[in-house]
Amino acid sequence: MKRSAMKAVVIGGSAGALQTLSLILRDLPASYGLPIFITVHLPPERGSVLAEVLQSKCQIRVREAQDKEPISVGTAYIAPPDYHLLVEKGGTLALSSDEPVFYSRPAIDVLFESAADAYGSSVVGIVLSGASIDGARGLKSIENAGGVTIVEDPGTAYASTMPAAALDVCTEAETCSPDQLAAYLKSLRA
Amino acid sequence: MNDEVEDLEIRLLLEALYGRYHYDFRGYAPASIKRRLRQVREKLGFPSFSAMLEGLLHDTTVLPHVLSYLTVQVSEMFRDPSYFRAIREKVIPHLRTYPSLKVWVAGCSTGEEVHSLAILFREEGLEQRTMFYATDISQDALKAASSGIYGLDRIKLFTQNHQRSGGKSSLSDYYVAAYGKASFDKTLRERVVFSDHSLVTDAVFGEMHLISCRNVLIYFDRTLQDRTLKLFGDSLVRRGFLGLGAKESLRFSNQAGSFLDFDNEERIYQKRET
Repeated sequence: MKRSAMKAVVIGGSAGALQTLSLILRDLPASYGLPIFITVHLPPERGSVLAEVLQSKCQIRVREAQDKEPISVGTAYIAPPDYHLLVEKGGTLALSSDEPVFYSRPAIDVLFESAADAYGSSVVGIVLSGASIDGARGLKSIENAGGVTIVEDPGTAYASTMPAAALDVCTEAETCSPDQLAAYLKSLRA
Repeated sequence: MNDEVEDLEIRLLLEALYGRYHYDFRGYAPASIKRRLRQVREKLGFPSFSAMLEGLLHDTTVLPHVLSYLTVQVSEMFRDPSYFRAIREKVIPHLRTYPSLKVWVAGCSTGEEVHSLAILFREEGLEQRTMFYATDISQDALKAASSGIYGLDRIKLFTQNHQRSGGKSSLSDYYVAAYGKASFDKTLRERVVFSDHSLVTDAVFGEMHLISCRNVLIYFDRTLQDRTLKLFGDSLVRRGFLGLGAKESLRFSNQAGSFLDFDNEERIYQKRET
């Protein structure tokens, strides 16, 4: 997997993704050279505290994404409950209230497709555990753009539907354990 | 697909929408507009945006499809109940001091919000001194809004939201259910003017006491957001109120100085004195 000249990381997950998410984020240094965008399906009341929960375990900054906010490196931006998160080519975040995708808002597909447009081959897309098929189409668009695509091993993921659906359509995606994912993210260079 | 070519195609498409039909989406946030245009392109079966551009220019049946994807927003009655609770508990006491009131729901879509406000103002005894203005660029949305008919399957959520917003009556007092639809009482719309107005190209809209514009600005780019917020500032009476969507803020706007935070959590702002 490519490690250099990367500009951003996008992560999507649903049921059972939180543990992996904190495992792969907690060792990243505060000086991490890339921004990370995260969409996790959660009930609204839990979603809103996700940034705080993760921040308490991480050295990088973790915050809920705001509309039109300029993107900074060393920061993980979490999609707020009930809004889709997108990234713009000009280096800002965008939110949308468009209809849910596979019953979900925020949706992983929406974030990943916008990241494929904004970063092309310089983005890493990661699909974690989940019980929905959201994320597969988005990861495919990252694959088509020449980016790096990684899927949590469905054999060990808490819920295999989401990673399995992503692997079905993304023929070039790598399968990783949470530990391998953590090591790969740490090794990434801008 | 060459990405730069696609971006150019989209730019041409938006120019064509404006030049041919006077719908101006050129200042919309690019990522969302691209996503919606892709959806309509897939639905209509055009192989590329250039092909869709040709269709749009020469075949007038294409326009309504494109517009419906670019404009229609589905909302809920009393969406984000805490916002309506803040209007009820914090803004209404100020509004009571005026002998007559004007309320503008900008980007009213299919009318859920203006119905919510009409119910809230009735519950608070202010409806009879209030005129509501509900505007949108979509004729279809305005038509739906002025009919006040919603799917019965949505009523459970609307009722829950209404209760959480501090509703003082039962939502069922305001609609009649039949054939899978809930038809809202026409007296709720007696003091509502539905009208075609574009935040992009149209001007100031009277002296408002409250403007509610929720989840519209997120679709605009910074420049258009600034223009719209200036328009709102110019359309408000001194110390008038502006309510935005739960994740919208004035923080990144050059108009921030024209407003004071009134309820930061609920994104309710108040126009400054001067």
